[in-house]
Amino acid sequence: MNDLTALAQNETAAALPAQKISARNVNVYYGDKKAIDDVSIDVDRENVTAFIGPSGCGKSTFLRTLNRMNDTIPSARVEGEILLDGEDIYSPDMDVVQLRARVGMVFQKPNPFPKSIFENVAYGPRIHGLARNKADLQRIVEESLKRAGLWDEVKDRLADSGTALSGGQQQRLCIARAIAVDPEVILMDEPASALDPIATAKIEELIHELRGRYAIVIVTHNMQQAARVSQRTAFFHLGQMVEYGATSQIFTNPRQTRTKDYITGRYG
Amino acid sequence: MATGQEHTLKVFDHEIGQLRALIAQMGGLAEQAVTDAMSALQSGDLDLARQVRRHDREIDAIEAEVERRSVELIALRAPMADDLRDAISALKIAAVVERIGDYAKNIAKRVPMIHANGEDRIEAISLLPAMAQLANDMVHDALDAYAARDADRAVLVCERDNRLDDFYDSIFRTLVTFMVENPRTISQVAHLLFVAKNLERIGDHATNVAEMVYYAATGRYLADRLGGEGLN
Repeated sequence: MNDLTALAQNETAAALPAQKISARNVNVYYGDKKAIDDVSIDVDRENVTAFIGPSGCGKSTFLRTLNRMNDTIPSARVEGEILLDGEDIYSPDMDVVQLRARVGMVFQKPNPFPKSIFENVAYGPRIHGLARNKADLQRIVEESLKRAGLWDEVKDRLADSGTALSGGQQQRLCIARAIAVDPEVILMDEPASALDPIATAKIEELIHELRGRYAIVIVTHNMQQAARVSQRTAFFHLGQMVEYGATSQIFTNPRQTRTKDYITGRYG
Repeated sequence: MATGQEHTLKVFDHEIGQLRALIAQMGGLAEQAVTDAMSALQSGDLDLARQVRRHDREIDAIEAEVERRSVELIALRAPMADDLRDAISALKIAAVVERIGDYAKNIAKRVPMIHANGEDRIEAISLLPAMAQLANDMVHDALDAYAARDADRAVLVCERDNRLDDFYDSIFRTLVTFMVENPRTISQVAHLLFVAKNLERIGDHATNVAEMVYYAATGRYLADRLGGEGLN
């Protein structure tokens, strides 16, 4: 083995870069209206990143650019560069269905399919061909429900309809569904805002447990929630990313006046 | 967005204002206690000394009130950023000011013992007022810096602590010399040593207040700015 090969192998063995997603100079337009103005951000692989900001600040719009959810809105146009592990997700070669399996999404309102609990979770792995046989599929469903902290509550009624579960359980079912296709990133848009405090706490605990296995980005109106679940926080205002830093720094000593005014309730 | 100073929830501003007013009030009482304790010491005024000891209970009561309100503010308002630092610094400053009051009380307690057995005025007492002035000025300026949220003035207070320490060292040596030369007065002068030590500690506490003012105003620790060296 010559030195160069050894070097190359060492580099392969070296730790992956800290950032999972790199967005550079991203602009998003709805028709003529600019909704996102020149946002650049690195999303950590190992951490939970929270996007906070007032309604209409662009945080959800920006979140949706990370798995090309805005493609479904005809008037939406995205400029700039978004790299997932160095790969441009807006490149013409990118398979959007595959992308959305790699970058899963959980929405504000739990939206299980009107099918059985089992089918809700099995659907993704089946269409993506992730299971070799029936037993394999059952294993994936069980594993996903366990990781979503729902298994013990539903294992005896997997054939029941997903929509018959409580709101908090439905949301965890949706998380199980996202996990089942073995994603790399999970985007969550206000995942707990329709839930009561106990169901919210379960979702937050789940986010905490999933951290490290998946890069997680969460949009939330609830600043206490951002403070509780995230390690990095980005503050959006009027389509711009005003400040991005360690969550502890943002909430104890924000550098920007606009951030401070927002998180202390002086936003006016 | 308004760069506004006021919270959308006005009652929050009101509560923080009340907390700060209580600190200012107890700070004023502590300053007065040090002044009165030193006057009593110089003049041998036992009534004034007793009054200092009585008034200390007021300072203690305000400290308890500040603590109660700070905890309530943290629990009910979940303050963030500078509001959080305000609540935390109010808690810590109240505890420190209460200690300053205790040192004043301790000085007052020594007045009868220093002026016992009808002894004429102890000459060595004359060394202390200047030191007391320096210590109490630090307390005063630290509280002014608090009221104005002025980080720069807080730094100036901290920088004066070395002078107070030097003052103490010099008084210590002088008092020891005095005791050696006048063994008859040893027990009284020993009390004066404690008074000097108390004044030195009051300066340390003024420094602690200033450090908290700096933290509340900037979000940074003064010790970090000074390269990790403690100020005490």
